[in-house]
Amino acid sequence: MNHSETHNRSEPAISITDLSFGYEDRQILTEVNLAVYPFDSVCIVGPNGGGKTTLMKLIIGLLTPEIGEVLIFGKRPEINKKLIGYVPQYAVYDRQFPISVKEVVCMGRLGGNMTGRYSTEDWDRTMHVLGEVGLAPFAERSFSSLSGGQRQRALIARALASGGDILILDEPTANIDQESESHLFELLGELNQRMTILMVTHDVGFASKFFKRIACVNRRVVIHPTSELTGELIKEMYGGDFRMIRHDHTCSSEGHRHD
Amino acid sequence: MIEFLAALTDPDLPFVRYAVITGILASIPFGIIGTYVVVRRISYIAGAISHCILGGVGAGLYLQNAQGVSWFGPLHGAIVVALLAAVVLSLVSLFAKQREDSVIGALWAAGMGIGLLFLAKTPGYVDPMSYLFGNILLITQSDIYLVLLLDILVVGTIGIFYNTFLAICFDEEYAGLRGVHTHWFYLVLLCLTALTIVLLVRVVGIVMVIALLTLPAAIAGNFARSVRQMMVLAILLCTIFILAGLSTSYSLDLPSGPVIIVIAAAVYLLVALGMKFLRPRSI
Repeated sequence: MNHSETHNRSEPAISITDLSFGYEDRQILTEVNLAVYPFDSVCIVGPNGGGKTTLMKLIIGLLTPEIGEVLIFGKRPEINKKLIGYVPQYAVYDRQFPISVKEVVCMGRLGGNMTGRYSTEDWDRTMHVLGEVGLAPFAERSFSSLSGGQRQRALIARALASGGDILILDEPTANIDQESESHLFELLGELNQRMTILMVTHDVGFASKFFKRIACVNRRVVIHPTSELTGELIKEMYGGDFRMIRHDHTCSSEGHRHD
Repeated sequence: MIEFLAALTDPDLPFVRYAVITGILASIPFGIIGTYVVVRRISYIAGAISHCILGGVGAGLYLQNAQGVSWFGPLHGAIVVALLAAVVLSLVSLFAKQREDSVIGALWAAGMGIGLLFLAKTPGYVDPMSYLFGNILLITQSDIYLVLLLDILVVGTIGIFYNTFLAICFDEEYAGLRGVHTHWFYLVLLCLTALTIVLLVRVVGIVMVIALLTLPAAIAGNFARSVRQMMVLAILLCTIFILAGLSTSYSLDLPSGPVIIVIAAAVYLLVALGMKFLRPRSI
């Protein structure tokens, strides 16, 4: 049974109260308040430098707030960070690193014991989540030999292997093709049945099809239901001119940003 | 080659056997730690530690010969300074990452400078050449036990914590999120690197140590599908380079360190060229 099911749905999975954060002389986030409830799906959008990544790092506990607090199921991220499955951008990885898909995914099981040795249960769980994301036949393959979309799925499998209740993704659609993007959102839709999902992206139009709410981060955070998303609202949150582009592919007909 | 094999069995030439045994035993930590140095891309850190070692060697010789501190020799000085450099570099990585390259450069040069100053003030003639360029033929029986001890330390530590080291090399941030004390493990990795380098300096010297630490692992990286495979291949390659270098240098009456490095570099170059022209191009 996951953590979300043992908790009252009215208790936020992620709760941010009066949060402010800056680097040296530059203020990044000011008076942020946000509550994400179990099984919610929130897409974080905003201009570059607006504080999306900082907000995400504060939620996963890589940064500590100067003012205010972040709570994961009522406790600080340092305490409850194992309830978070985190999916970084795959572009940050060294493409020459010799590592198999199975080894990458099993990293999600780290922290179970002092030495980091994996048990049979850890490997079983790894194969199970690889099957769930459709990568079981690729378990022994080199991670670098996978396509962009497959690598993103492997990283999601790693997050799932940890057994967390919250899935946080950092621009998972960057550098992958439209078909992979479509499959990725279908997978996220399935996972949202049992997990809370938070995703940073620039692809506002595509994401709005699959996410319940959209959080616009530009130093402050404003949250809207995705049904209220309009070109005007996107323009307002990005602070620039936009054109709505119609796509012919199956999953999107919403807008993308154009400078 | 025949001369070298004859020398190996000659009871009057024990140093040749010591060199071969040391070469084989030393290849184990070189291959394992060299693999981490390559995949974690910390060869410049390894370079800084190796050059710092001259400071420790100089201090050890000075204390022993000028101050009469008989229990503290150049090897002790090298170990202390190498570990100290590892601690400094891991602290810099933790608290001042943006200044890491400056600190690496400073340690690199300052270690050499301090070492040369100590050597200048040490009474009698001290030849820095064997430290700078190494001489595996000067290895004694007690050195072999020291290498064996390092083998046990490196194989034991990496054997127990293999998955953790793999995770911090591949994705340190994620390992931290899973509750791994990444800074401590990074420090342990740098300390093992430092101890391996101290040992390696006896074989190829301070100046060329980075080459023998990284070239076998870099070659192995072209063929390995996992870090474990890369380590095994790097150990084999390192053994081959040391034995081939010893045999060639003995037959041609050349210094062993440079010959070992030239052979390793030539193989690296051939493999790099082979991979460039023979590997199918991705579209």
